[in-house]
Amino acid sequence: MINIIGAGLAGLSAAMTLAEHGIECTLISAQNSERAQSVLAEGGINAALDTMGEGDTTELHFEETMRGGVQLADPIAVRALTENAPDVVRKLASLGVPFNRNPDGSIMLRSFGGQRKKRTAFAQSSTGKMIMTSLIDEVRKYEARGLVTRFPHHTFVRLLTENGECTGVRVSDNYTGKMYDLHGTVITAGGGLNGFFPGITTGTVTNTGNITAVMFAQGVKLANLEMIQYHPTTIGIPGKRCLISEAARGEGGRLFSEKKGDELYFMEERYPELGNLMPRDVVSREMFFELRDGRDTFLDMTGIPADTWQNKLSDLRKEVMDYMILDPAEDPIPVEPGIHYFMGGIYTDPSHRTSMPGLFAAGECACIYHGANRLGGNSMLGAVFGGMTAAKSAAQNADKSAGADCSEFTGKDAFAVTHSAVFASETCRILSSGLGIVRNESGIKKALAEINALPCANDTETARKAVAQAMLYSALGRTESRGAHFREDFPETLVNFRQTTVSEYNGGTVRVTFDDIPERKTDDSNDRDTAAEKPYR
Amino acid sequence: MIATIEIQRQKSRTDKPYKQTFAVDTGSRATVAELIERINSEQIPEDPVTWERSCKQKKCGACAMLINGRPRLACDARLYEYGEKPIKLAPLKKFPVVCDLMVDRSTMFENLKDLGSWLEENSGEDLTGDAYEASRCLQCGCCLEVCPNFYAGGKFFGAAGLSPSSRLIAVSEAGDRKRLYGEYGKHFYRGCGKSLSCKDICPAGIDTEHLMVNSNAAAVWKRKFRAGKKK
Ligand SMILES: Cc1cc2nc3c(=O)[nH]c(=O)nc-3n(C[C@H](O)[C@H](O)[C@H](O)COP(=O)(O)OP(=O)(O)OC[C@H]3O[C@@H](n4cnc5c(N)ncnc54)[C@H](O)[C@@H]3O)c2cc1C
Ligand code: SF4
Ligand code: SF4
Ligand code: FES
Repeated sequence: MINIIGAGLAGLSAAMTLAEHGIECTLISAQNSERAQSVLAEGGINAALDTMGEGDTTELHFEETMRGGVQLADPIAVRALTENAPDVVRKLASLGVPFNRNPDGSIMLRSFGGQRKKRTAFAQSSTGKMIMTSLIDEVRKYEARGLVTRFPHHTFVRLLTENGECTGVRVSDNYTGKMYDLHGTVITAGGGLNGFFPGITTGTVTNTGNITAVMFAQGVKLANLEMIQYHPTTIGIPGKRCLISEAARGEGGRLFSEKKGDELYFMEERYPELGNLMPRDVVSREMFFELRDGRDTFLDMTGIPADTWQNKLSDLRKEVMDYMILDPAEDPIPVEPGIHYFMGGIYTDPSHRTSMPGLFAAGECACIYHGANRLGGNSMLGAVFGGMTAAKSAAQNADKSAGADCSEFTGKDAFAVTHSAVFASETCRILSSGLGIVRNESGIKKALAEINALPCANDTETARKAVAQAMLYSALGRTESRGAHFREDFPETLVNFRQTTVSEYNGGTVRVTFDDIPERKTDDSNDRDTAAEKPYR
Repeated sequence: MIATIEIQRQKSRTDKPYKQTFAVDTGSRATVAELIERINSEQIPEDPVTWERSCKQKKCGACAMLINGRPRLACDARLYEYGEKPIKLAPLKKFPVVCDLMVDRSTMFENLKDLGSWLEENSGEDLTGDAYEASRCLQCGCCLEVCPNFYAGGKFFGAAGLSPSSRLIAVSEAGDRKRLYGEYGKHFYRGCGKSLSCKDICPAGIDTEHLMVNSNAAAVWKRKFRAGKKK
């Protein structure tokens, strides 16, 4: 038996892949798939389908993904991702995802940040929801056939382990409070760490981050935790940041800053080639500097043609009108960067194995494809392709646990008690003070001192505190600037730091080290390496 | 403003419901979802109200509940819409209560299994042009709450079954159609009284009437449907 934790894009994709191979699995999630963060994804999914007559190639997709991630991702994994991307998107289309189409019926592609070719397949500005609806139906087929068994209102409690190997997962039923032990190989697809920043990210409340925290406490290694993506264009709405998709700029939206009537289209001015569509780390940093100079930042979508609004961005327009009482087709809207995505997470190899045998990871919880900065449109791709790959790898592991079963656990489990809202908001306050868009040693150290002094009321809080410490130690240890990690005291990108930041928890202490990235397999001249270290500045 | 919120609570399915009233000092643009969060963390952290939410932006359907008797998404309900009157929160009535405002909507997902809501073959082109609209359904259950003909455990699945059906009818190829058309007839067409309460209530603004017209034409009247097709 294979147990999948999380039923967003990555979990569904893993379940579908296993079922297609006739392998039984469970699909565990705190809520039904319709409530997963994946339904929020808007702008699209990347694949070098080359349907726009621009001569796009998977090689270029590879290069731009590596470059966008400032060479920190594992090139072997990125190669597999980008080469398989066209098949992934075609597969989704075959499930009925209503991608926007060209007049000849081929899948239409739009421009997205950090990419010189149109490469992002989309369904208006609700691409995630559209893909989720189709994948949910596809998995339902296998539920009806008994291949997929859902545990759709069940919260992760802990991994079951034997001699350092993962042998299953303990879950708790949100409806009854009963706990169950599900034995067998585990794929975790529990989503990103937004729960460490409650109220100030674009994600969902459901992704508390507890899965990753407890796994960390149980000895699973995490990586690149300092790499937190701030999306350049978000707006404040009750209780959270709301994303204004990069599609807005992909379709012609322009950023400008303003002070006392003086308007500056700062991205176009400073980055003539990609302009508003520079990778997110660069755009958010520029916005940060504008805001620090007392200039307000705006997104100007007034030049977008009416038919684009209607056929490609109707949902986005409606959302802005709802929340801002402003029509973005008529007026520029005030926007600011907000926490959006976590490049870091569970340390994962190209076959989606984690550091713990028997445990695999896919989707946003895994650190694998995005290096120091994720390109828009690559994470849905990473989630779907990652789910497929993790499923195949896990299937090879699974025979060991044949005859697996599910049994009720009637004892007490310290991880069944969750963290308090106050603990979460304190952690959030401290982490945001140290891990902003622009960082420095004294800020990080101050945050560390505060985190170290934070009292914990239960084991879950202790586990969360360890992750928070690991985030800060990672940021402190990386004395360079790369992608989303910008140190004003160390602004250079250093070749020596082309290394993965690895966090480990052992005997109550957090240890952060740097691991070499596997060598690039092909055409990797030293020249290109050096150039890549200073990609955009 | 001081908002007054009355919440119907219930420890479990079998416990007796009771009401608790709270006063919260807040702005009129606050949402009901925000208020519940604040009440839980500021006023009753020892005994918080159990409820479901996830996206907080009207896109996941988790937070559906009765607000002054009408099914709505709590993250979509703004205080100014209710004036000075107290706001009354209760769990959806057509589903069993788990605890407080949390209900067990499993029946909706079981229904979709009974409906055979999936494709056996690869999809074709969007026949009715409805694939996008129909795919937007949140499976929130608001439509079922107001539907005169829906009850949990019955054969009729309401608009929460119509939307997935319409998606599949739109994109299916010949090999899937007979099955999908049959299930649509059995679990939707024959039971629907066309009162369209579902259309007025749907928080995603899904035009259920439009989906019905097109799906009926394709599945029941077997018309070749080209009208709404994308250019
Ligand atoms: C607003 C927004 C817009 C985006 N737009 C795009 C885009 O246009 N293109 C793109 O490529 N990417 C986009 N992304 C990113 C992308 O959507 C996500 O990275 C991706 O969908 C993550 O999928 P996932 O399967 O890993 O996780 P999720 O979809 O987050 O799923 C996590 C699953 O884990 C479950 N879970 C969580 N905690 C627990 C627990 N403790 N116990 C049990 N289950 C649990 C949840 O219930 C859920 O089922 C966007 C993200 C956001 C927030
Ligand atoms: S039209 Fe009326 S009977 Fe039919 S699904 Fe909608 S509410 Fe129910
Ligand atoms: S049709 Fe509308 S009201 Fe009914 S479940 Fe879907 S989104 Fe909710
Ligand atoms: S929390 Fe997602 S719809 Fe309200």
